[in-house]
Order: sequence, then structure tokens, then C-alpha cells
Amino acid sequence: MYVYDDLDRTLLTERVCEFRGQVARRLSGELTEEEFKPLRLMNGVYLQLHAYMLRIAIPYGTLSTAQLRMLAHIARRYDRGYGHFTTRQNIQFHWIKLEELPNAMADLASVGMHGMQTSGNNVRNITTDQWAGVAPDEIEDPRVWAELIRQHVTLHPEFSFMPRKFKIAVGSSSHDRAALRIHDMALRLHRDDAGELGFEVMVGGGLGRTPYLALTIKPFLNTRDVLSYVEAVLRTYNQFGRRDNIWKARIKILVHELGPEAFAKEVETEWQSIKDGALALDPAVVTEIGSRFRYPTYARLDDSPPELAQARAADRRFDTWVNNSVSNHKMPGYAIVTLSLKPEGGTPGDATAEQMDAIADLADRYSFGEVRVGHEQNLALPHVAQRDLPALWQALDAIGVATPTVGLVSDIIACPGLDYCSLANARSIPVAQEITRRFHDLDLARDLGRLHINISGCINACGHHHVGHIGILGVEKNGEEFYQITIGGRADEEARLGTLIGPAVPYAEVADVVEDIVEAYLELRVRPEEIFLETVERLGVEPFKERVYATR
Amino acid sequence: MTSPLDKKLKVKGPVLITANRLGDGAVIYRTNEGGWTTQFNRAAVVTTAPAAIELLDAAVADDVGAVGAYVAPVLLDGGKMRPGNLRERIRLAGPTIDLPQAAALPAERALSDGLMDRDVRL
Amino acid sequence: MRLVKSGQVVGDTFIRVADDAQIPDDRPVIIPAARLLADAEAILRRAAPTGVLWPNNRKVAELAAYLDRLALVALDFPKFRDGRAYSQARLLRETYGFRGELRATGDVLRDQFIFLLRAGFDAFEVKKDADAAAFAGEIARHTVFYQPTGDGRVAASRTRQGV
Repeated sequence: MYVYDDLDRTLLTERVCEFRGQVARRLSGELTEEEFKPLRLMNGVYLQLHAYMLRIAIPYGTLSTAQLRMLAHIARRYDRGYGHFTTRQNIQFHWIKLEELPNAMADLASVGMHGMQTSGNNVRNITTDQWAGVAPDEIEDPRVWAELIRQHVTLHPEFSFMPRKFKIAVGSSSHDRAALRIHDMALRLHRDDAGELGFEVMVGGGLGRTPYLALTIKPFLNTRDVLSYVEAVLRTYNQFGRRDNIWKARIKILVHELGPEAFAKEVETEWQSIKDGALALDPAVVTEIGSRFRYPTYARLDDSPPELAQARAADRRFDTWVNNSVSNHKMPGYAIVTLSLKPEGGTPGDATAEQMDAIADLADRYSFGEVRVGHEQNLALPHVAQRDLPALWQALDAIGVATPTVGLVSDIIACPGLDYCSLANARSIPVAQEITRRFHDLDLARDLGRLHINISGCINACGHHHVGHIGILGVEKNGEEFYQITIGGRADEEARLGTLIGPAVPYAEVADVVEDIVEAYLELRVRPEEIFLETVERLGVEPFKERVYATR
Repeated sequence: MTSPLDKKLKVKGPVLITANRLGDGAVIYRTNEGGWTTQFNRAAVVTTAPAAIELLDAAVADDVGAVGAYVAPVLLDGGKMRPGNLRERIRLAGPTIDLPQAAALPAERALSDGLMDRDVRL
Repeated sequence: MRLVKSGQVVGDTFIRVADDAQIPDDRPVIIPAARLLADAEAILRRAAPTGVLWPNNRKVAELAAYLDRLALVALDFPKFRDGRAYSQARLLRETYGFRGELRATGDVLRDQFIFLLRAGFDAFEVKKDADAAAFAGEIARHTVFYQPTGDGRVAASRTRQGV
């Protein structure tokens, strides 16, 4: 992971000092709320239903154990002992006091963490695949590029007051685990026919009231040009993005109103005038940033060590967990371990301070001191020796992060919803909790296979419901909570938006509806290996719609 | 539940003014004395749009006392008052789900008169 | 409102001329964009310095032909959250090479000073007196910058190369 140097540290220190001054000026009344609000948003500070909320950036989802322990400290010292990992690889704390924030930010800065640009009309956290650097199907670690871009867009004087937020994702595998096409801009690292490394640039994705998937505006951009091209896109957006209507202000609207060709041409013209200037990437700069990424010194180990096979044979629960939560690693003898933050009846993505500390200890012992955060709201230990899996599992199981349902029906992605969020129309967490209770039977969950349920408490779609295999959107009708159900969405390299199956259903019936959909799937699938998504793609929504609405 | 900040001011029944305290974000209610309280049943309740606007204007002008003031419905039930919708119930009583350490809410947050509606589960 | 240049509050030598008012011969003036463009060649033959107030929703490319004869371009922040003029400023300085006074007007507040300076502004019509007085101190807070702009400050990547 990236190691800060003095320049990085100084920038953070200056920022903390500046924010301390801004908070003082707000508390004294020298700054009005109207003047202060964009400033606090630029530091990730929201006002929610019960208190302020602090969103802390976890760049490309990579955490050191020192950082994870600091998050535990923040939870204990400044919040109510827990935090929430988000669908953009960040963490949120829901019970923050404004007057304590400068101290919290100073604490975070001491380990190179901050809330800069996790809110506001600027470039947000740059996300990648949580298996970056260790996935077998990866071309090159995308995080070096994510870090280069992150620095470029941090406190960028030109792009801190754009029409709206701007979300960037970087990917580098054939299988897209970073949900590239729902981002304002996505950069997919790949090699051209000559073997040159470059990016496919996609622009204009985004969910919310008018969901769109990103479109390719440049099939191959040389890596040398990535910063100047990003600059050209942002400059085009900053000048011409709509500012008259908050629901039309994202770049996706500009791309679709101009048309992708016209938009691409506008960017190209700007890019041509700057591409050979100061932003042309010097290979030495790339090397320097890359040199401060620490990689483990892996041991030379064999795959499938006998102690692993023995442990799997001896303990069915362990075997179940390995089958579900352990994934292949690019290094022989190693594995990627997913830590489920989706216990039955729990809040998706939440972790207590105690869990964070325990996971940090385990990461030090078993994962070279590194932890990852995924947009599915689970964590991962990216460098685990296969022979350590039995001992690791015992420890994970003891702290409640070994529920073997990763990728299954009860591995639900949900926003905080009306229990916390001032934008919400309806609750999402209790809906998720009930669904996990209905599907607590692990044999059933395994039989159902891969099934992604996404729940959003409002049209802002922070739960990414549009791209769920089953998507659930909370709405309000006459003061009551209702939920629209979509099916057939997907967020990967064949991304697609889900299709509404019928009228919204009341809160009390959502879990019933999910059961009906699942029953229909079990009857309709041609073989057990056909996952729900494939059945929907084969048959369309009609059979599911009929089943759900037969008695409603 | 649609953000009250988006609504035009229509007063169809008793309402109060609520906001968040600047320093710590705590939920607060505008009082008849021109101040703020965390105690729900000390909130000023009005029933006409002009009265609500007057209360709201004064609340909004108090930029150092409170943030994001808006008009919220109230139910008057016998002699008691209750939050008028789910959003306000949640703001008063906290999330409808168990918090990890069953974190206790501060005593001053209206625990009286059965205002802790926890009946909104499945 | 206070005018700040070179980190200090200064008097303004330019006067704003309204759409229909007479343009004085012998004073530095700032003229609205539409008026300038309607009669640019004639106006720009003035001996005294001429400036233009340019709206934030018009491409600065339209000004390119006149920049060598303009002493000042004033760009507008109708609300400080509307950041279009940052791009306009950079284009004027870095693409079109404008060397005259680049003035930020409108909702110009303390917390944006460093962004404005780095975008190429060198004169600031600051809304609050206290903010104007704090200008130099505010700028001094910031010593590390990740990205290069046309302002000459060395970006972190170059510092790291030992340049």
C-alpha cells in the first residue's frame, strides 16, 4: 500500500489546521451555514438525522493496520463504538460532533487519513477492485494509477466547485469487480495489440434519478496521457455541466444531452491543447509513486498444503467457509480472504471498534498488515497463506466476520437509509435484516447460488439498487414506506440496469416478495448451476412479475 | 420522509420547528421563548402557516444556535404530543434498529410519554 | 468590498462602466462583455487601460483576439459554489497567455483565496473586509500542492524528483 512522504503529511496537516480555523469561525458565527456547508462537505462532514456524519476516505479501499486501529479509536473516542463501510470503499461514522471534528481529523491525519473530498462537488474517492494487486486475472496493479490520479485531483484549484460530484473508478481485470460502468469516469487498464499499456476511458455513468451506464469515449489512452485526459474531461464538465437543476448536474446528463461523440470531441479539443504540457506523465514520476507502494515479501509456498486439506476434511463448517469466502491469489500458496460484515440480523457493512481492532491484529499476523474494503461492504485480507487459513478462520469466526454467505442472497448491499440519513424516504437496514433472517438456512443460500440484493432508501441510489440482481428502492406513499422491486441488474463487465417488476409493495411485504422471487427462480431454472441472474436473462421479468403480483 | 426542506410550506394540522444543534448535531426543537430545547414536549406547536413561518424565520435567523431548521408535523393525542411521521419519530428516538452496543440515548432526549416508538419493525 | 492585490488591500484605479453610460476617455474602465464585443475595435483604441467583465457562462475563446489589448479581465463568481470561472481563468492564463490583471469578482470569500490564486487570478474583489485583511495569512497556510497550474508553484511530483 502507498506510504506517505513528508509532502503528503504536510498537505494533510495544513488541511487539518485550515479546517480547525473554519470550524471555529462557524461556531462563532463569523461564517454562516451557507458559507460553511461546502467547506465542511469538502472534508466529508454531513449533517444527518441525529448528528453529524463523518465520511473518511479509504483510497482505493486499501488500509494499513495502523489505519484500521485508528478507525477503531475514532469509533470509540468520537462516535458510538462502530463504523459503517460504504459502497464506495469509504467508512462513515454517524454520531459525530462538529466541535470535536478538528481533533478527530488531527488523529486521522497522524496515520495519513482524512475526509477530504468524500463529499462536495469535487472528485470523490477513487475506487478500484478490492483484490487489486493480488487477483490472478489482473494486468497490473491499478492502485498506482489510482494514487497518481488521486493526488492530481486532491485540492485541485480548478475542480473544487464543479456542478456536482464526480466519481472515478480504475480497473484492470477482464472481470470487472469495481463496477466501472456506474461511475462518472472509469478507466480500464489493458494492453493494445502492440502490447502497450493504456486505458479505455468511459464517461457518463451514474445511478440516481436518471441512471446511465458509462460510454466509451476513448478506446485506448496511453498511460502517459492519463492526467491530461482526466483534466480535459473535468474542465469540459466544469464549464458546461448543468448548474440549474441538481438532478441534471452530473456529467452523465451532459454526455447524453450533447451526445457521446460531440462530448468526446469537446474533450479531445481541450486535451490536444494540454496533452504535451506539464501533465504529460514522466515515467520517473510513475516509478516514484510506485516505489512507495509496499508489497509483501511473499514466502515460497505450495498451493493446497496438506494441513489445509486435512482441516477441511475434519471440519465441515471450515470447509463451507473456504468454499465461500476464500478466493484464488496470484501467488502460489496464498489466498484472498473475504470477511463478511453481513451477519444474520445485522446491519450490512457495520463493524464495531472491537472487531476493527481484532481484524487489525489478524491482518498483522496473517496478511502482512493490510486490509481491503470492498464496495459490497465486506472487508478482505489480501495476502493470507493457505496454510494459515484454519487458524485464521477460527479467529474470524470468533469475532463474527466469517458468515459464509459472501455473494449469496444474504450478502446484501444496503445504504444506511431512513434510520440515519436525512435524504432517505424509507428504511433499508431493517429490510435487509429481515431478508437475512428469512434466508438464514445456509444450505438454501448455497443452493440459490450467487444472488446480489441491493437496497437503497431513496432515489439517490447509494445502495446501487439499479444494478442489483434484485434491486429494492424505498419510496414514500402517503406517509408510508413502500418499495419498488427491480430484477436483472448487474454491475460487472456486462453491466445492465434492472427492470421494474410492478407496483411498489409495502414495508411488511418486502421479504415476502423476495421469497416469492426466489421460489419462482427455483422452479424456473433449467439446472442448479444457472444462477438467478441467468434465469432472468433467459426468461425476462414476466414469470417473476406474475408470481409476485398473483396475490397482491 | 421526503426531505422537508424540499416541501412548500403547507400547514395541515399542528406543526413544530425542528433543527440540529450546531455544535454537536443533536436534534432540537424551537420553543415559545425563542430558544431551543432537546425535549420534544417543550416544543412550540402552531397550527397556521403564518405562525409557522414566523417561528421558522426566527429559527433560521439563529444561524449559530441551529442548522437546517424546518417545519415538521406533530400529532396531538389527548393531552400528549407525538412526532407526526416516521422520520420525526426516528429523529426523536433514534434508529429503529439495535445499535451494536445498544448505545443509550442521552436522558434528555424525550423518553417520556411512550414516545419511544419501537413498534416499527417487521 | 475590498480590492486585494499582491496580498494587500489597495485602492481601485478602474471604474465600472454600466451598459448605457458614457465611457470616459482618460480613466481605466471595466466594460460589460456584450458592450465590448459590440464595438471592440473602437473601444480598444482607447489610450487609457480597458478591462472587460466577462460572464461565467460564455467561452473565453471569444475574447482571444482582444487579449493583447485588454489590461484587465474580470471573471465572475455569482455564488462561490459556481466554479466555472476557475476554468476560465486557467484558459486565459495558460492557453491564451493573458498577462494583464485577472480579477475575481462576485462572491469572493476567504476560503477560496488559494484556489483563486492558483487558477491565475491576481486581483480579488473580496466581499468581506475581514477576509480581505486575512488574505496574506490565508495564502501562507498552504505550502504543498499536488498538481501544477500556471501559477509557477512547484507541484509535489516535481519536488519529489528533486527538481
